[in-house]
Amino acid sequence: MTTVDGDQAVVHDFPMRRRCPFAPPDEYARLRAHGPLARVRLPSGQLAWVVTRHEEVRQVLADPRISTDLTRPGFPQMRPVPEPEPPRLHEGEFFNMDPPEHGVYRRMLIPEFSAKRIKALRPGVQAMIDRLVDALLAAGPPADLAESFALPVPSLGICQLLGVPYEDHQFFQSRIRSRKMVASDAIRVAIGEVRAYIGDLVTRAENSPGDDLLGRLVTERRATGEVSRDAVVGMVLQLLIAAHETTANMILLGVLSLLRHPEQLAELRADPALWPGAVEELLRYHAVADGPAFARLAVADVEVGDQVIGAGEGVIALCASANHDERAYERPGELDIHRGARNHLAFGYGVHQCLGQNLARAWLAISYETLFRRVPALRPAAEVDALPFKYDAAIFGLDELPVTW
Amino acid sequence: MRIIADQSRCIGAGHCIRTAPDLFDADDDTGLVVVAEGELDPSRAGDVREAARLCPNAAIRLHDT
Repeated sequence: MTTVDGDQAVVHDFPMRRRCPFAPPDEYARLRAHGPLARVRLPSGQLAWVVTRHEEVRQVLADPRISTDLTRPGFPQMRPVPEPEPPRLHEGEFFNMDPPEHGVYRRMLIPEFSAKRIKALRPGVQAMIDRLVDALLAAGPPADLAESFALPVPSLGICQLLGVPYEDHQFFQSRIRSRKMVASDAIRVAIGEVRAYIGDLVTRAENSPGDDLLGRLVTERRATGEVSRDAVVGMVLQLLIAAHETTANMILLGVLSLLRHPEQLAELRADPALWPGAVEELLRYHAVADGPAFARLAVADVEVGDQVIGAGEGVIALCASANHDERAYERPGELDIHRGARNHLAFGYGVHQCLGQNLARAWLAISYETLFRRVPALRPAAEVDALPFKYDAAIFGLDELPVTW
Repeated sequence: MRIIADQSRCIGAGHCIRTAPDLFDADDDTGLVVVAEGELDPSRAGDVREAARLCPNAAIRLHDT
């Protein structure tokens, strides 16, 4: 629905819904053709800007006058009933901090996710994924690929990173899967439980630090007084939440997309060196984290094209639209593993660009390569039209993916 | 020509390392960008420009002398 506000600008309702699971919402192409900015009304009733084109999304997300601090008055909210007071940030929740505070926390974690560190983790990731495929094959078809594979990859992957003891994996996995919870109260309870559990892990690391992310945070940052205990918990909680739905849904959608492009899948099977490029293209094509994940607030006037985002106005970067911008990509609606789509914005842009992107790339490449190699006859056990796509979720994807082989 | 990398702007995304692993690396302790010292072979200017273009926080540039 569109309306017209006081100064006669067209206002669109936001968020817009995907109609096809393999494309951004149809409206994005129309908004993009019209200009790099558009006015929208959020479920909270607030007005905000959306940024539609690749170049301008990069510009806005890299601009230091564009804040991610959701405690600022006027920050765009997606809830139908706006919170009476601005949300409170827990210590260490640096995703929602601006520089320079943001950098203090991020820098403690950068070495944990560097390209070099992730390369060293790869054999462990391969072994973890092989065990999941072993179990999948042992149980036999049919299976729900979400439950048996796509969700365990990030949860067990995070266990490896944090040094969660093996006997806790089941508990850990069950608590951090919030996908079926829709009521915000239920999410609060679940997050409270996870927060308490992370507190226990920190205690354990303080008593006997391992050679892992948590062990290093505790010995190198916590013991020196550089960071508080609550901040360590906050940092780890944000890592967990950020890793989970994004990775699981990219695994499921990527598997589906490759099965829909058998000629490209055949090339990948014949030449595994093509996987890194294919992962970039799948990230570009699906862009599971879109608008609401990239909500911001302008703290000063910011010129974008021939318009101005005013100080105090909300702005939302449409990364899925940027990834399908005709100005940046030829035939953006087509999947092409040879595209060399390394400049996609699926991980965002600017100082907040995904901290875990190197790990995500490793999880995705190893997941796809291993699944298609070891389960060569893998295919959906239902028509695409009948699959439970999450059209209303903050992170696009699937609740389940029934498969057989 | 030389590569200039500004560690104060580096956010550890790793695009430069994926673009040219022989020219860029991550410091073992900080994870921040470190670059090959000295004069850059002009044939590599394209790789450095690509790394600069992909960097999400403008931490890399090519110093043309």
